[in-house]
Amino acid sequence: MRITKLLQLSVTLLACTFLLVPTIQSVLAGVTANYFRGLSSGLTLKWVAEVWSLYSGSIFLSIWLALACLVVTAVIGVPAAYALARRPGRWSRVIEEFVSLPLAIPGLALALALLQLYGSLQGFRAHWSFILVGHVLYTLPFMLRAVLAVLAAIDLKSLEESAATLGAGPWRRFVDVVVPNALPGILAGGLTVVTLSIGEFNLTWMLHTPFLKTLPVGLADSYASMRLEIASAYTLVFFVMIVPLLLAMQWASSRAQRMFR
Amino acid sequence: MSIRFFTFACLLPLISFALAFLALPLVRLILGAASGEAGWGVYWQILQTPRYISALLQTIWISAAVTLAALAISTTAALFLQRNRFPGRSLLLSVLTLPLAFPGVVVGFMIILLAGRQGLVNQLTPGHTVFAYSSFGLFLGYLYFSIPRVLLTVMAAAEKLDPALEEAARTLGAPAWRVTWDVLLPALRPALIASGAIAFATAMGAFGTAFTLATDIDVLPMVIYTEFTLSANFAMASALSVVLGLVTWGLLLAARSLSGGTIAAGG
Repeated sequence: MRITKLLQLSVTLLACTFLLVPTIQSVLAGVTANYFRGLSSGLTLKWVAEVWSLYSGSIFLSIWLALACLVVTAVIGVPAAYALARRPGRWSRVIEEFVSLPLAIPGLALALALLQLYGSLQGFRAHWSFILVGHVLYTLPFMLRAVLAVLAAIDLKSLEESAATLGAGPWRRFVDVVVPNALPGILAGGLTVVTLSIGEFNLTWMLHTPFLKTLPVGLADSYASMRLEIASAYTLVFFVMIVPLLLAMQWASSRAQRMFR
Repeated sequence: MSIRFFTFACLLPLISFALAFLALPLVRLILGAASGEAGWGVYWQILQTPRYISALLQTIWISAAVTLAALAISTTAALFLQRNRFPGRSLLLSVLTLPLAFPGVVVGFMIILLAGRQGLVNQLTPGHTVFAYSSFGLFLGYLYFSIPRVLLTVMAAAEKLDPALEEAARTLGAPAWRVTWDVLLPALRPALIASGAIAFATAMGAFGTAFTLATDIDVLPMVIYTEFTLSANFAMASALSVVLGLVTWGLLLAARSLSGGTIAAGG
């Protein structure tokens, strides 16, 4: 028993090391004056500053896209989740399955599909909303399912019936009863949407134009053409943005699950 | 306003979006595959071109290896973290789920930092040890993003196991490895199959990591990418995408019928 446990612990620690060591390396390389000479060359924020001057546009574009994506997925996803929860059945299953396809089909294939259909519409192709479409496509199932999970766990029908006997119409019931009850799901789904949108690469790489680079596109760019310190500093900036989001997303998801178990 | 009408109105934005940006593009992709000189014979052409076949086999081979490794590592870690409470446990769990939010390119960069020209291994070992751009490097990259995905699925399943089963086996005198082999693993089987299929499908479709690391290796997403951007062979790129999409979708569908989780095939 002791030996088994020790073995399990070492596998766990080894896996942690494998995942953590390169992230620490990239953080260190991002603030080291000369990575090849090591930490003795001194710590500096020079590279971070350089990243800011080179790539701040891509960072702001990513934040903008993530917020737009949040709004669009909420506007499309929350009412749809309500409708699917309120009228379950075969058609609801089919719709849910169909819009969840982007979870199963590689982003590259979806991007090629979008490009072939809309690539010739120059005004749309070169606009940021084209990338937004890709992000919404990929993140919408997460919003939909997070809200659906919460709505399925509460007694929606009785809540709505009591509101209806008090004279509330469908719209009032949606705004005053459904949305407040769905808030934990909307929060969990929303954080997932923002986290995924900021990190999305597979679709975005195909959909972006030279004038519209998002954060991960800029990262790929810096890995290919910049010195290691700048690439690392840029990755460090990405970590600073994404890790709090990931933690918040995990917190919100487990909170939503606990509330409605 | 009737509730029927209202719920329909609620669905309308979703249906319009899905039609315009999912259904129609997918139809266009499928038709686009047959729009080349070969027509629908393009799929026959895939089978006849050694480069596509070897890329397909290579992709399957690496994905299978990653799946097995991720299952072994993540199941061990998941069971350990599920059974034991100790200080630092939640920290280990956070570290193991951290890569969930990393795009594939960042994962590729992590492997470059480990095994690239200026990487850790090359600095620590004598001589020239660079394997970031080999198929082993690609394997490590895929493993990097597969570990958290498998871990979460297996942990969720392990949480629901009845500890009484294990205790019963132990009081009957079964040694630890028999308990694991005869009780735990069979009970976890649906989760293992499901998370294995997820890991396999994710690795098959992984683009970002391959984009950073597979400069010399032909894996399917990279072949699709080069067909589309460099050769401008849209029909072939579409046909290969259709094949890849069908494989990953079919796998995940089979996996879901065995478990019921929602995990994206990203990376």
